[in-house]
Amino acid sequence: MAIHHAHPPGFAHQFEDMEQQREAGSLGMWVFLLTEMMFFGGLFATYIVYRALYLPSFEIGSHLLEVRFGALNTAVLIGSSLTMALAIHSAQIGKRGAQVGFLITTMILGAAFLFIKFTFEWHHDYVEHLVPGFGFGIRPEWGAPGAHVPMFFCFYFFMTGLHALHMIIGIGILSVLTVMAHRGRFTPQYYSPLEVSGLYWHFVDIVWIFLFPLLYLIGGRYLRGGH
Amino acid sequence: MSEHMVPVKTYIGIFVALLCLTALTTGVAYVDLGAFNTVAALAIAVAKMLLVVLFFMHVKYSGGLTKVFILAGVLFFAILVTLTLADELTRHWSPTPTGWGTLAPLLSRFF
Amino acid sequence: MSTATMDVHEAPTGSRVNYLNAQYGVKSWLLTTDHKRIALLYLASITLMFFVGGFFAVLMRLHLIEPQGALVQPETYNKLFTMHGVIMVFFFLVPSIPATLGNFLVPMMIGARDLAFPKLNLLSWYIYVIGAIFTLYAVISGGVDTGWTFYTPYSSSFSHTSVVPTALGVFITGFSSILTGLNFVVTIHKMRAPGLTWFRLPLFIWAIYATSIIFILGTPVIAITLFLLFLERVLHIGIFDPAIGGDPILFQHLFWFYSHPAVYIMILPGMGVMSELITCFSRKRIFGYSFVAFSSLAIAIISFLVWGHHMFVTGQSIYAGLIFSVLSFMVAIPSAVKVFNWTATLYKGSISYDAPMLYALGFIGLFTMGGLTGLFLASLATDVHLNGTYFIVAHFHYIMVGGAVMAYLGGIHFWWPKITGRLYPDGWARFAALVIFVGFNLTFFPQFMLGYLGMPRRYAVYPSEFQVLNVMSSAGASILGIGYLIPLVYLIWSMRYGPTAGPNPWGAKGLEWTTPSPPPTENFEEIPVVTEEAYDYAHSTVTRG
Repeated sequence: MAIHHAHPPGFAHQFEDMEQQREAGSLGMWVFLLTEMMFFGGLFATYIVYRALYLPSFEIGSHLLEVRFGALNTAVLIGSSLTMALAIHSAQIGKRGAQVGFLITTMILGAAFLFIKFTFEWHHDYVEHLVPGFGFGIRPEWGAPGAHVPMFFCFYFFMTGLHALHMIIGIGILSVLTVMAHRGRFTPQYYSPLEVSGLYWHFVDIVWIFLFPLLYLIGGRYLRGGH
Repeated sequence: MSEHMVPVKTYIGIFVALLCLTALTTGVAYVDLGAFNTVAALAIAVAKMLLVVLFFMHVKYSGGLTKVFILAGVLFFAILVTLTLADELTRHWSPTPTGWGTLAPLLSRFF
Repeated sequence: MSTATMDVHEAPTGSRVNYLNAQYGVKSWLLTTDHKRIALLYLASITLMFFVGGFFAVLMRLHLIEPQGALVQPETYNKLFTMHGVIMVFFFLVPSIPATLGNFLVPMMIGARDLAFPKLNLLSWYIYVIGAIFTLYAVISGGVDTGWTFYTPYSSSFSHTSVVPTALGVFITGFSSILTGLNFVVTIHKMRAPGLTWFRLPLFIWAIYATSIIFILGTPVIAITLFLLFLERVLHIGIFDPAIGGDPILFQHLFWFYSHPAVYIMILPGMGVMSELITCFSRKRIFGYSFVAFSSLAIAIISFLVWGHHMFVTGQSIYAGLIFSVLSFMVAIPSAVKVFNWTATLYKGSISYDAPMLYALGFIGLFTMGGLTGLFLASLATDVHLNGTYFIVAHFHYIMVGGAVMAYLGGIHFWWPKITGRLYPDGWARFAALVIFVGFNLTFFPQFMLGYLGMPRRYAVYPSEFQVLNVMSSAGASILGIGYLIPLVYLIWSMRYGPTAGPNPWGAKGLEWTTPSPPPTENFEEIPVVTEEAYDYAHSTVTRG
């Protein structure tokens, strides 16, 4: 090979230089996020159809969710996006300890989100017989408008479940990154795995930013005097 | 991948803005605005998304190609929703056909 | 094409180190990240799946010799057409050209050493294999009988066959497509050689790029759809379940949102191959380069707007039907533009009738017929009569088999010397192309007539007055089957006994032809600098040999 150049750490030889590699990595993650937009998009599209068809049932179902946990989880995820951005910032300025600290904090916040969701929400719904296919109990006070409440809860569990799965994968990725950061693999010249994983993490946050109002705040809370 | 360094103060500011918007969307849900509740909730969600995309994901400092890809995703999601709803919401606009009988008076004017 | 100093006439052949002999052993193949080796891994798997799917087709055509069915029970017949469809669509047609020719050629045509993400490329092959294993498991565990379209509520609530493994297999393989499309998009955007502007790219690259857009935007939607189907079968409740207000037609919307663009995934790469073949074997520039390039993008985009034409008779709103009908007529336009441009390229060209060109010429005629018959189906009134009949079957086989498969075979033959460093026997190749052409038309033209006369598709029995046409179709299928076996034999034979090929046996333009046959692992000693337009045959001094 006629070309001789210094090979920075992490350089992959199908590329001509680090700049090309960085741009390709970033574009690659954005293209992947585009596929995720369409993946979640299919689910959101069906949600939109059934909400349009069965709005009264969706309102009843939404009121059975606890806004305080949804709002708290939203804040938790927004905080985790902040710490993720700060982890990358730490790499840009070459602070290894801060990288590790912020990555671990991001993971803790992600785990907190999952803990709140699975124990206070999902488990509670199971006990209350609100899980379709697992002893769902139609309540007489719903009346005729509530005929399709099970459909709402199908969407609640499918959408938050798919989101949670992405969170779990994200935490897995972060744990790998934390080990790499601890070993000093990321420098101001090379931190693409952090940046690219950050994009993924922020995307998962954005999905929740839409899930919160679409699931928890349907039809307003004023009808029943707040919850 | 941007070389642009976003100052920490900006990140903190965006974080605070996102928390405020979350509080806002939660609060607005307790006020009766009729159909506008949904509009408000979605508008606030879009605003939050833009803050995350532009600042946390550095799109404000990225080239046009990234923006094209993001817009493509939004566009094709919109196509999926719009054309599907075009069917689901208009199925009952036409009366169910009852055969040539209903057209007989009209046809007999010409044939 | 390039100004690199490589003298193609001195490129050594024989036992020179190339990507095939650089390393030996099973591990060097199963753990390779070389896009050329991965292309061959795909070639082997896809060929296997093609013959499995073809085997089901043979059984179907044998069965349909008799009006009351000659071979199997109706329940088994339902499984045959389902498995034929699932395997041919998802495991052959969708990956065919992109994963084999695309993987091999994209880096070479743009002057790169590999794709942007070689390890993801290998992963995509493993994902394909795992998906195929799930689906083949479904075949041997009793089969699936829902049709490749998996319509609910039959597939979600009533079928007692192996829906779950099949849906899982297709779901998994979808990620193979997504990774392939992602790799191609990033590679084409970021790794073109110096001087290789978008409008100097071979049209095969434009076609692959457009296909990759569809991979990326469409495949995730069928992934989530099949995932929802899987959940409903496992949990016995779900969003397509009418008992809780689910709409089975909504499944069809989601399914066809991907599956219609998917048929353009199947044909666009073939159109890309066509542009390469027609120019080379007419020794002429393509007529209207930018029209052909933009028509690929137009097809990719408009393909997402037409899916409801599969649902005209399902109870879909007539207003939606009107919209989808108009848009379906529009999508025919860019395809027609391509056919006009290829024909204009042939005009006053210096035409040679090598096997790849025979496939290309066959494509023009057969794809045009298939495309035009699509217009009958896009029109609401005629579709009411023709939907669910053999007219549809003939329509899509003209495009998929008469179009896509012939383009695939044409491309395999054209680039075979580059891929293997060997020449195949020319006489047998041309003979096989003719056998395939004759067999194909005898199989599928009678099916247009059968459909027009009203014979329904997916039926195990039919009225006896349709028997003559069915027997003709089955006779054609046996000829077609033999036609496909012939290349299998001589191509494999040529890998060992064929004469060695020079770097450019066809005298073709394109960066891939400036390398030795087979190429070295790193493709180019020096990354070329491009100064010429594509297909500059008029100023070419390169000749055959």
